[in-house]
Amino acid sequence: MAFWQNLKDSITGSQVWKSMFRHDYKDTRRNRALQILNNVFLHLHPVSVARHATKIRFTWCMGGITFLMFLICTVTGVLLMFYYRPTPEYAYKDITHLAFDVSFGPLLRNMHRWAAHGMVIAIWLHMLRVFMTGSYKKPREFNWGVGVVLLVLTLFLSFTGYLLPWDQLAYWAVTVGTTMAKSHPGIGAEGPLTPEFVTQANDIRFVLLGGTTVGEVALLRFYVLHCIFVPLIASVLMAVHFWRVRKDGGISGPM
Amino acid sequence: MGRRKFFKAFGWIGTLAGMAGSSLFLLVKFLFPRALYEPATEFKAGPPSNYPADPGGRIRVYENYKTTERVWIVHGDDPTTGKHGIYAFFAQCTHLGCTPRWLENEGKFKCPCHGSGFYPYGVNFEGPAPRPLEKLAIQMLEGQVVIDKAQRYRQEKGQWSDARSIIETPRPVA
Repeated sequence: MAFWQNLKDSITGSQVWKSMFRHDYKDTRRNRALQILNNVFLHLHPVSVARHATKIRFTWCMGGITFLMFLICTVTGVLLMFYYRPTPEYAYKDITHLAFDVSFGPLLRNMHRWAAHGMVIAIWLHMLRVFMTGSYKKPREFNWGVGVVLLVLTLFLSFTGYLLPWDQLAYWAVTVGTTMAKSHPGIGAEGPLTPEFVTQANDIRFVLLGGTTVGEVALLRFYVLHCIFVPLIASVLMAVHFWRVRKDGGISGPM
Repeated sequence: MGRRKFFKAFGWIGTLAGMAGSSLFLLVKFLFPRALYEPATEFKAGPPSNYPADPGGRIRVYENYKTTERVWIVHGDDPTTGKHGIYAFFAQCTHLGCTPRWLENEGKFKCPCHGSGFYPYGVNFEGPAPRPLEKLAIQMLEGQVVIDKAQRYRQEKGQWSDARSIIETPRPVA
């Protein structure tokens, strides 16, 4: 026993350890607060959480589950990128390669797919909970706004990821989806209030697809949007979202 | 340590180590492809009559497959083994991997990157290249010369005496 104690003391007492971890596990209120405050990830959260807010019946933990799904999609997505080339020549081939030949390829692809579905479901339930508990009211209006943008980004992540397998389902789903953009008021070629000079060769759908049909430029665009552009913006907004929960007084109280 | 504490620690450490270990196993396994879509290493180079020996006894270097397969086919003597025949070199400098050029007038392989030079029979004689060019497995199959780039023979390891590194032909009578 003395041996293990000495080993532990020599590790946690070393300069290397102390340079990384400033505070030990002493179970005092002050020390627990410092643990949270001095960790770059945890400090986004409130130092302490009100007792009512830890009740699963109140929060459903849906925000947390949405974030967990996002993390799963990020990790599995980065791995899938090793085997996927976003060109019409290879995209579908690489997907079938992943699904049939790569070790753990089907597992990672299905994790990515189901976590993506789970994220959409969880974020809607999170929004429902926030609405039903009145948590969007003052002083949390701004964070509600950030949350709405995150909801839209999540749906857009889902939509852009849909095209990447480059099969019939993907192709026609995105054809249908982007044709809807044609009807957008003002900036869609066939939408109401759209000025004369906006045609199908310069409207919002044209920008989204990088052309007038779903082709190789569109595939590359959706790939970059899906893997880099949208996740990057969503990550920043998520940091703001979690930070504002803390700044706005923690999780809202029961009505 | 009491029994309860032991099993608690054992359970936690076991579960976490199992999760970390299987994730790591998945990651490593995932990064090694099981099916490759690379070009075949073996190719047919036509009948040996495409590569006639020099009547004067000089070593002849054929560049027919240099751009497509990165291979030189050589017909003539090999002073390192005393054999005569058709053999093939992988067109890669043994210094840092550039592709040398065959200079017909000077009768040598010359690497443009750092100036390494090789005799027509593959042995290095100038520049930084530390060893001779690598020979490739060559054989006759149904009347054709067949070369396998996956099988290499290195002179400094004594592998040029291997029968698979040359198709022996009779010396032309002068």
